[in-house]
Amino acid sequence: MAKQKMTGAQAVVKSLQAEGVEILFGIPGGTILPLYDALHGQTTPKHILVRHEQVGGHAAEGYALATGKVGVCMGTSGPGSTNLVTPIADAYMDSVPLVAITANVTRALIGTDAFQEADITGITMPVTKHNYLVTDPEDIPRVMKEAFYIARTGRPGPVLVDIAKDVLVATLDFEYPETVNIPGYHPPVREEPRLKDAATLIRSATRPLLYLGGGVRTASAHKEVFAFAEFLGAPIVTTVHGKGAFPETHPLCLGMFGMHGAKYANYAVQGSDLLVALGARFDDRVTGKLSTFAPEAKIVHLDVDPAEISKLVTATVPLVGDLKALLPQLHEEVRKAFEAHGRPDISAWKRKVDDWREKHPLRYKQDPTGPILPQYAIEAIWKKTGGKAIVTTGVGEHQMFAAQWWKTTEPRQFITSGGLGTMGYCMPAAIGVAFSRPGVPVIGIDGDGSFQMTLQDLATATEHKLPIKIFILNNLFLGMVRQWQELFYSERYSETPLADLPDLVKLADAYSCLGLRARTVAELDVAIDQALANDAGPTIIDVRIRPEAKVCPMVPAGAPLNDMIDGE
Amino acid sequence: METTETRPSGSTHTISMLVENKPGVLHRIAGLFSRRGYNIASLTVGPTEVPDYSRMTIVVRLGSKTVEQVVQQVQKLVPVVEVRELHPQDLIERELMLVKIRTPERNHTELRALAETYEATIVDVSPDALVVEASGTAGKLDALEERLRPFGIQELCRSGRIALERGFKTLAPPSLKSEAPTPHQSSPISHP
Repeated sequence: MAKQKMTGAQAVVKSLQAEGVEILFGIPGGTILPLYDALHGQTTPKHILVRHEQVGGHAAEGYALATGKVGVCMGTSGPGSTNLVTPIADAYMDSVPLVAITANVTRALIGTDAFQEADITGITMPVTKHNYLVTDPEDIPRVMKEAFYIARTGRPGPVLVDIAKDVLVATLDFEYPETVNIPGYHPPVREEPRLKDAATLIRSATRPLLYLGGGVRTASAHKEVFAFAEFLGAPIVTTVHGKGAFPETHPLCLGMFGMHGAKYANYAVQGSDLLVALGARFDDRVTGKLSTFAPEAKIVHLDVDPAEISKLVTATVPLVGDLKALLPQLHEEVRKAFEAHGRPDISAWKRKVDDWREKHPLRYKQDPTGPILPQYAIEAIWKKTGGKAIVTTGVGEHQMFAAQWWKTTEPRQFITSGGLGTMGYCMPAAIGVAFSRPGVPVIGIDGDGSFQMTLQDLATATEHKLPIKIFILNNLFLGMVRQWQELFYSERYSETPLADLPDLVKLADAYSCLGLRARTVAELDVAIDQALANDAGPTIIDVRIRPEAKVCPMVPAGAPLNDMIDGE
Repeated sequence: METTETRPSGSTHTISMLVENKPGVLHRIAGLFSRRGYNIASLTVGPTEVPDYSRMTIVVRLGSKTVEQVVQQVQKLVPVVEVRELHPQDLIERELMLVKIRTPERNHTELRALAETYEATIVDVSPDALVVEASGTAGKLDALEERLRPFGIQELCRSGRIALERGFKTLAPPSLKSEAPTPHQSSPISHP
């Protein structure tokens, strides 16, 4: 390909096109004007104007998680870039492939405390997989190529590209590189020598348990996991990002474990003699007190990031590599081991797990004439969507209720902020998902506190007629914090009651979308039908729930995993 | 199940790395150490035989963390080309120390003799002060420092440790290694 003369801004657009970027989310500003000028009139990538950069970042995350592609967001210098810090940090914690493009002040002004200057590469260093400050226009094609490559390979993550304004204006000879050469970056591709050891452990375990994390989604290894799990016949637990890694309607699946996992899932972890962790990282929200975690279990830990191996829990057999490539090899080794030595008898273990499941189910009791329980609301929406919708959530009680009661049946159906726990994530992520998977119903399960953190982007949703349905489980509290106050702070509700504001139905009206309210089970039934029937644009449903409803069971922070506070 | 909470703590380790000479590299590495709670005992950085790369030697004092964990986290930084713990038995380590001593001229002879014992040199002399330069292991410099203290140390400056491994072993990535194959070439860091 012959080199073409063009401006830095045009080179950025060309690079985005070369990467096959379909959509990006952002807001213009003074510094990034040259890039927006170059985007003007282009059909791809399509730029979606959001009302706050944070929303653009989360929308790009939602897009990335629903598709497996790299999400792209943009912002101008200074506050435009600092507003992106939260979604960047969120993407870092949840290993979401994200490229954030920001402009900075001109090279001569960098370091002078210029108007709308922020050292965004310095600020985001701890929360990016890598970042760049581009001060030479000729670097643009290489940096863009590297940014996308780093964002999506190995353990994915966010990469920020900050470009000085005059670099966007300067000219360069553009040629998009076909390959990358980064001396210090090599995602693991080596042979894994310890597959046989892992197979031996699996062969000798009588109480095995599969522990699936977000890495299954990252690697798009759902089929491989399904085949392996069915072959093994062992019970399965997941993390919140492991939801969708395996159908939760399948009899082997015990759903989420950890702080708000089902009792039977936590008992299974604690009672197992082998945990096979696939694409998971033993986060404190799933392990509880580390020294009492799975006390009798040996650990097979397969992850793409060698730094996650034995970071918190020592792996008996570590396996490093891409799950999609490595798991079929492990499967084959286990098959051979079973063939040679016979299948281990895990029937007593499975009976025990089923017994726990029967004795300690997740439960609630909805009084047909009483206030709506959040669990009931989520099940009702699930039933009416036939389990076919993609769900996004905010962060708080509603998120954990959704994790417990929304049963995923397909991959990439549950999109949430797990690591950083970012309130305000639900609607922005729903926007990103709606753009990426047209025709698939997108349901938001949000809380009243969480929703209010990013609600201004209802404008974006309405403008693009996105048929997202945001169910706000409204308890007039910062509910999760209230729950901790009730349990651990002597019911002293310091600054958690929320005024009954805004009127969400009127708010929907102000944003020209459909607003509904449900105070009773009967009203909820009607509201869900109305929301699902509305394809003209977004629907906001104000679901008034019982304020005292708590997420149970609950393992208090730092307590052993089998030490659970019971349901109501 | 075993957790890393129970690992032995307190030991120091010498971690050597080759890094790309790019703006912000020191910031990235120092930031990683600080946010993950790895205590730096000393850090040196300087040029290598290849202009594109610097070598950084970090002596880390480990609490509950394992040295493998530190190495794996550092390896993830994109500008870090190679990183490894240098094993104590294979280590050639040196530190440089400059000490300014304020002492009357009559003590100078005694100081010269002391310096000689430690293979140190006196690099500046004025009527009531002199500067001693010494290099060697941290232990040797500690010992010299103790011996100098009674003379009245005015100012002291130490460089932090630089280190190489004995024999053929190198830290250089394969593309930079000499053409002749050597039996002890380092392999890239693999999982623990």
